[in-house]
Amino acid sequence: MTIAGLYNYWIVILLMMTGFYVVISSGNLVKKIIGLNVFQASVFILYISVGKMSGGRVPILQEGVSDYSNPLPHVLILTAIVVGVSTTALGLALVVRIREAYDSVEEVEIHQQDESL
Amino acid sequence: MLIESVNIFLLALLAVTAIAAVRLRDLFAVAMMFGIYSLLAAVMFVLLDAVDVAFTEAAVGVGISTVLMLGTIGLVGRYERGSVRSSLLPLTVVVATGATLIYGTLDMPHFGDPTAPVHQHVAPAYITESPQQTGIPNVVTSILASYRGYDTLGELAVIFTAGVGVLALLGLRRRKRPGKEGVGQ
Repeated sequence: MTIAGLYNYWIVILLMMTGFYVVISSGNLVKKIIGLNVFQASVFILYISVGKMSGGRVPILQEGVSDYSNPLPHVLILTAIVVGVSTTALGLALVVRIREAYDSVEEVEIHQQDESL
Repeated sequence: MLIESVNIFLLALLAVTAIAAVRLRDLFAVAMMFGIYSLLAAVMFVLLDAVDVAFTEAAVGVGISTVLMLGTIGLVGRYERGSVRSSLLPLTVVVATGATLIYGTLDMPHFGDPTAPVHQHVAPAYITESPQQTGIPNVVTSILASYRGYDTLGELAVIFTAGVGVLALLGLRRRKRPGKEGVGQ
């Protein structure tokens, strides 16, 4: 029962760590940002999983239904999705700007150019 | 029981997609994997009763994010250079963090447990009182637009700031290499 009850959280942690691994191990800046997005989407799944109630319904009120899943995580994650895409756009714009200045988006090459100055 | 099986299946697909995205070196394929990943996440949200989140994720996560990534890849180049560093240290850090987080889940309420603390306190108040106070049947909408209207205004400030930042970085200067632009102009 423990495994079935915690399966969602464990897969979410696996996804989180996959994104985290890309962020810290990949040298390519675009791939780092994609890793950050994978991490972020896994946090969304964690929150929505916590809000789910067995036998609950979609939180749109109707006659004769008394059990609804928790709407508060939904509101929080709606905001987080939109903020997430804004930060992604800003990060990718920085990557484009770095590419113009250094002619590369690989961390190693950027560091080499900085050191040779 | 059907919902639980679909849930397990979708989470397994998510894990496969994420790991495929790590292993691929072609950034175009990585961006496509991310699009699939977001779409699977949106399907998960429908299953977990979060329909509003699902269509936002389908529009923003699958649509806008993937388009932004493809636009950037078009500008900066498609292939990732092979890594020269050892991946042992990142792997150790990731496994240690993951193990700590899994240890942290062991005393969490089980998935879907109706007696979990999260279902006991604030949410029932919104569900019982929001129809009288706002007249909107969709509780998510009434919280987002009525009770937490100022938070949504703050969110708009964040989007505006990000937009100004992107324009400042890319939009307001003359480009050195006119041949390189194409997307996002």
